[in-house]
Amino acid sequence: MLATDNAIINIDNPQVEIEGLNLYYGESQALKDLSFGITAQQVTALIGPSGCGKSTLIRCINRMNDLVDGLRIEGVIKIDGENINDPTLDVIELRRKVGMVFQKWNPFPKSIYENIVYGLRIAGIQDQAVLDEAAEKCLKRAALWDEVKDRLHQSAMGLSGGQMQRLCIARAIAVSPEIILMDEPCSALDPRSTARIEDLIRELRGEYTIIIVTHNMQQAARISDYTAYMYLGEMIEYGPTQTLFTMPVKKETEDYITGRFG
Amino acid sequence: MSKKFWRQGEPFVWATGLALSLILFLTLLLFYVVMANGLTVFWPKKVALATLSDGQHLLGEIVQEETIPGGEKKRLQFKIGNRDLYGLDFKWVDSSEITNLSFPKEVQVIERMEYGNFYGYLSELEVKGLAPPASGSNSLAQTIAALDDRKNEVRLLGKKIANINRRVELIDHRLATALYNKEETTPALAALKGEKSGLKTEFEALVTILGEKAAALATNQAIFTDANGRTKAISLPSIVRTYQPNGMSFFAKCGYYLERLRELFFDEPRESNTEGGLFPAIFGTVMLIFLMSILSFPLGVLAGIYLREYARDGWLVSMVRIAVNNLAGIPSIVYGIFGLGFFVYGIGGSIDQFFFPERLPTPTFGTGGILWTSLTLGLLTVPVVIVATEEALGSIPPGIREGSQALAATKFQTLTKILLPMASPGILTGFILAMARAAGEVAPLMITGVVKLAPALPLDGVFPYLHLDRKFMHLGFHIYDIGFQSPNVEAAKPMVYVTTLLLILIVLAMTSTAIYLRNKMRQRHSIVDV
Repeated sequence: MLATDNAIINIDNPQVEIEGLNLYYGESQALKDLSFGITAQQVTALIGPSGCGKSTLIRCINRMNDLVDGLRIEGVIKIDGENINDPTLDVIELRRKVGMVFQKWNPFPKSIYENIVYGLRIAGIQDQAVLDEAAEKCLKRAALWDEVKDRLHQSAMGLSGGQMQRLCIARAIAVSPEIILMDEPCSALDPRSTARIEDLIRELRGEYTIIIVTHNMQQAARISDYTAYMYLGEMIEYGPTQTLFTMPVKKETEDYITGRFG
Repeated sequence: MSKKFWRQGEPFVWATGLALSLILFLTLLLFYVVMANGLTVFWPKKVALATLSDGQHLLGEIVQEETIPGGEKKRLQFKIGNRDLYGLDFKWVDSSEITNLSFPKEVQVIERMEYGNFYGYLSELEVKGLAPPASGSNSLAQTIAALDDRKNEVRLLGKKIANINRRVELIDHRLATALYNKEETTPALAALKGEKSGLKTEFEALVTILGEKAAALATNQAIFTDANGRTKAISLPSIVRTYQPNGMSFFAKCGYYLERLRELFFDEPRESNTEGGLFPAIFGTVMLIFLMSILSFPLGVLAGIYLREYARDGWLVSMVRIAVNNLAGIPSIVYGIFGLGFFVYGIGGSIDQFFFPERLPTPTFGTGGILWTSLTLGLLTVPVVIVATEEALGSIPPGIREGSQALAATKFQTLTKILLPMASPGILTGFILAMARAAGEVAPLMITGVVKLAPALPLDGVFPYLHLDRKFMHLGFHIYDIGFQSPNVEAAKPMVYVTTLLLILIVLAMTSTAIYLRNKMRQRHSIVDV
């Protein structure tokens, strides 16, 4: 599939630019020649059946895949024009700019407060006032403040699943990233908690560039501005969410979103 | 019906329960035996006066009673003491030979510095330079107490002499160094020699005074008679304490018990370790575990971190892992032999050659000492710590690592701020196991630095305070030594129980502390809500 294919739209002034990305796990190829751009401060959803490489793709964007043995990447990923696979690039700086929220919430076994300020402390900020302010701001931003303000210094392990996931989002925001990657953030949550997270994503839109992987097509339709449909490591179709869900160019996309496939 | 019975696994539940009860039973039995025997050792026992059918009398504590094999007849074992008179402390008597058994109140038990207990009656006190003792049952104890000042004087003199000895030893070392370096004629050397001869004169004068004072003190004596009227003079300074168990009230017995406990914890052993206290052994045991922990804990944790976090998985790492696991199964005596060969002779010998050549052939570090013993024990316990560290780190969900790294933490920050705190309860659990194992080991200690009687503690007030080259005493070795190597096993038996109980209690105290710490950490760092 080529980038010039009319099923994949061109993005003007993309914040994230992917050019000819190939990714191999040992011998098997997980991502095949992906080329597309992602608009700043919009929500971009990646959909597709399990194993199509969505998660692998977003994990490339903050180089989370560095941790995986036997993985090889070809091609270029640029953020604000800078190639992030450049060996001279400081991966810590990159991750400060590109935050991530995981499928399974993973708060640290520390207090709620310590979870929020972890990234700041790691970055060397020690001023108590700054930390307190950031904690309050981020918890408010993640719509968690009212629920936890009286127990900031209690263990985060006492929160519910939905609260923990919002805590993880708040924790990601705390280091002021420009881009937030979300890897199926609602897949293990009940509908109520899912709705709250979706509200939160809509709230964050306009301030952060959000790239979200989801299995739930309704969710993609509800919250995203752009949607990409991937299948077996290839990008089949990519365009504004409205267009993709109402007038898909490709037959495969239509089959998938109407539920005949996948 | 029976199918359902088998399917639901009832027999299996019984088997699990049975297995646990069996283990519990054996453990409790062991603990009961040790407690029952160990706790009663210091309780004053009544002294019986037995009149035998041949008209002889016998005075002693009844130790045990048993049926003579093949008959209805019974026999009693008496602890008759008075080793200097009878040669043996213990005697079996057929109960049919005993015509009368009574417990006279005026019987005295005298604990002595030598020859064990004496059982008998006080007949006369010969005291010089003191006011004549008030008559009455307490006269003996009062007289002994009145001698305390003079006894202390003698003890202080002894200490002074020991001090001079130490100074002479230091000078000797410096002289030997000078001799070794071929600087025989410097004025400093002459000064040293002068100082030494001065000390020698002082030493000799003090020894004379000490001898006179001790002899004068020893002339104060008490005359006792045994059950059959034989008399025995015992010099008062050699008496540790006396009591009359048959006339003691409950509280007096409690007081005696506490006094014996104090002696156990704070005094030095006497009578080739079968009497007196265990202070040096307790001190040695605790210090050994402490040193061992300092050496093996960081080493094991660091090695475990490397294996789990930094080493790239492959056949080499697998081999190392297998090797580490197997290390835990090597018999401890093998570690002891390795410690002797590598640490004591190898490293210790080299240290002597490079740093203390003037003292050779007398070894300084090239002989058993607490440092080598700790290192050997550390080596023995380090595999347990490594495995525990690895497993504790491995059981942390990968999501936690990713979460930390996604927040721009480096691997090192993730390790120190998140992973190690989370792994700490698991690491501590391994460490507790290691500590318990180390505390109970005796075999490797015997050949790397533990001795029956150590003249000085490895930690004292003399520069450089911590003497890692010194040999030391250990409760585990103490048990073996007095239980199996003592010439008078019967007399040593109570001490074996007491020592065992003490060792168990020390291990229990140390592991409880560690468990308490671990539970605190678990509360703070658990991933499960608590």
